[in-house]
Order: sequence, then structure tokens, then C-alpha cells
Amino acid sequence: MLEARLYLLQRATALLLAPLVVVHLVVILLAVRGGLSAAEILARTQGSTVWAAFYGVFVIAVALHAPIGLRNLLGEWLGWRDGSRDLAVLVFGLALLGLGLRAVWGVTT
Amino acid sequence: MIGDGIVRASRNHAGFWAALAHRLSGLALICFIPLHFLALGLAIEGEAKLDTMLAWSDNPLVKISEWGLVVLLALHLGLGLRVLALEWLPWRDPRKGLIAIGAGGAVVVGLVFALNLAG
Amino acid sequence: MGDTITETLAVEVWRGRDEGQFETFEVPHRESQTVLDVVTWIQRNAEPALAYRFACRVGMCGSCAMTVNGRPRWTCRTHVSEVLDGGRLRIEPLANLPRIKDLVCDLTPFFEKWQTARGRFEPSATRHDPMVPVSTESPERRAADAGIECINCAVCYAACDVVRWNPDYVGPAALNRAWTLVNDERDGDRNGVLQAVSQAGGCHSCHTHASCLEHCPVGLNPTAGIAGLKRLTALAAFGGGD
Repeated sequence: MLEARLYLLQRATALLLAPLVVVHLVVILLAVRGGLSAAEILARTQGSTVWAAFYGVFVIAVALHAPIGLRNLLGEWLGWRDGSRDLAVLVFGLALLGLGLRAVWGVTT
Repeated sequence: MIGDGIVRASRNHAGFWAALAHRLSGLALICFIPLHFLALGLAIEGEAKLDTMLAWSDNPLVKISEWGLVVLLALHLGLGLRVLALEWLPWRDPRKGLIAIGAGGAVVVGLVFALNLAG
Repeated sequence: MGDTITETLAVEVWRGRDEGQFETFEVPHRESQTVLDVVTWIQRNAEPALAYRFACRVGMCGSCAMTVNGRPRWTCRTHVSEVLDGGRLRIEPLANLPRIKDLVCDLTPFFEKWQTARGRFEPSATRHDPMVPVSTESPERRAADAGIECINCAVCYAACDVVRWNPDYVGPAALNRAWTLVNDERDGDRNGVLQAVSQAGGCHSCHTHASCLEHCPVGLNPTAGIAGLKRLTALAAFGGGD
């Protein structure tokens, strides 16, 4: 049932990501008005548990969603379908998770 | 891989192009997101580091790529909602309408982003 | 040349197996001529050794599918006038299947995958049991009825990009059949079908390109049936269902 579980996990994270991406896009569109500065970004995010939770959930969902899509792509376009592919996308997912949570930590504390 | 040329006659319909755009935008995001996380992680090393990176991103070429990524994110979202709707909602035959909504949404986001960058 | 009726058609036909070339035949162009008529004319009048398959000629048996100007089609119900592309007509065997000779493919993988997807009826009663009344109005029966008219022509299988990219993928026809069985209350092992289509290469491999829906000559919607299987199996995989 691995395929069925990966499928549902990807669709469930997609459903979760949809509103998060909409919010992210709105923030981007507002933030770039008049240029970006570190002070402006950090003023918004630092010490905010709401933004920490928002981006924390965002990062976790991305770290689950992206490797599953990458796994399909590698299997179909590069013919890489054995167990080593699963290991590779797992490492990719963990790297995303680690880098992402570190970034969230960086901008919210 | 894609094989025999992308534009086989049997592929030349909206559903295929939507799926291809969905996959390629996903691939672009996969390449970009680790860099995005690394850049924001600079904040750990202090505001000055983050500002150095942001100054670099004022380069017009970087700005254009940023614009592209924002559009691709919106496109991936729109086309992903199409897949979710087709798979999980009782649908009759709104395939092309859904694709148009997804792609149209991405164009709007792209325009607003470009205007805000300029403004 | 345009699409007006000309005296003869220049028809390019694939000759050989994987290695081969197109051979051009001059075929008299007639009104209401089908692509199968063209191939039959060539075999009877120009090249007796041309290999192709057909049986019923009226769109029921599903044996005459070929690639016509790049698209898989049932040739017996495809009029030449509908598909002429600037006067050009190019006929090849179906894609995504091993070739045997000229226009004939080996359909073994196609039918083996029906078995892999458990696309066969498992009786829940014997002939000695009384006939079970099946309501034609129930949502399950309606879903089954919507997919039941498949003629096994393999057009959807040849049109599917995931079949091309993933050799394990069982394809739209097999999954459409599985979907009709899952919705058939007379089937004795519907959970077995859900198990079968949840394996690698099952319904979750589909990416909803909808090429099957786009090409199905009898107007079925395998994409919708596959989506139905995805919903049932994905929920069962986590829901601890059977």
C-alpha cells in the first residue's frame, strides 16, 4: 500500500499547502512594494508565534509534498525506480525539512 | 523520457499541457526552495548578512528569476487545484475551465508582482 | 492539396517491425471511406503481404486500432475525410505495445495488465442460486454502467503518457474495468480489486492528463473511474478499512 499512502500524503499536503501558498503569495506581493530589506522582513516575523507556526507548518508540508513529486518524476523521466530512489528522495525531504526549519528559526527568533 | 518529441499529436490537448506545466513548475520550485531556505537561514547570522543577500537580489537578472518563480508557484498552485478537483470532486467535464482558471490566476499574480516591484 | 476530395490518396504505411520504414501507396479516394477501407484496399490490391488486424468493421470488436496521423484511433469508424492532414495520411501500429509486423501489435502486455489490476469478475453466487436483483438506479450501478461498454481496443493505452513513462502502469482500460467491478455488487472480491490497484503501477500512478478520455472512441471516461479508485483506495490505506 506504499503507493496509496504516498498518493494520499501528497494530496493531503497539497490541500494544506493551497491556502498557505495563497497567504505566502499575498505577503510576497505586499512585501516587495518599495523593495525588500532585512529589517522589514524581521520586523514582521521576529518574536511572532503566529508566523513561526505558519512557516513551520508550511515547511513540514513542503518537505513531505516535494519529495513525493520528485519520486514520480525520477521514476518516469529518468527510469530510476528501485529502492535507491526512495532513499534519495528521503534524504532530499530531510534536507528540506532541516534547512526550512532552520530558516524559520532564523527569521522568527 | 518524454520520448519521440514532446508534441506528439496524441498529446496535443489541454490536459497534457496542464500536466506538463504542473510538473515543470514543480521541478523549478524543487530547485529553488533549498536556496530560498539557505538565504533566509542567513538571518541566524544576523540582519547584515540577510541584507547583503537582499542587495545581491536587487540585480535585475535575479529580479526576473524571482518574478518567474512567483509565477511558477502560482501556476503550480492553480494546476494542482485542478488535479485535486478532478480527483476528489464529482465533476462533469470542466477540464478546460479549470486549466484556464489555474493559468489565469498565475498571470494575475505575475502582473501584480511586476507592478509592485516597479512601484 | 487541401482537404478536398482528390482522385487518389498518398498513404504512408509502416512496414516492418521496430526496424522498418514507411511505404507510400496510391489509393483511390472514395466518399465515406474509412481508414480501415484504405488499409484493406492496399492489402487486396497493392501489397498482399501487408499485416493488419480487423474483425467486425462496425466498432464493436476493438481489434482494428492503429495510429493515424499520430493519434490512436479505431480505424473502422474513422473517416479519411475527418483525419486527412493537408492531404496526408500516415498509418502506424499502436504506440506503447510491442510490434509484430507492419500494423499489428502484440496485445499480450495490455491484457496481462487487466489481470494484474484484477479486471475479471469473481462470482459471488453460482448458477444454482436465485438471480440477484440489481437496481439500475443505485449510484454504484450507474458508475459501473458508465464504464462497462469498453471494447478493449487499447486506444487509451496507446494514448497514455504514464504507460509510456512507467512500464509497471497497468493503464486506463484495466483500471476502468477494475472500477466497474468495484461498483458491481455481484462481484465476490471487491476488496481484492482495491488491493490490486493499490500496488506500484496501479491507479495512483495516473496523473490525470486525461488522454484516455480525450481518445476513447466509445466516449468512456477512464480518468473519472481512476479518480474513483484513487479515492476509495487512498482512504482505505489510512482508514484501516479492509
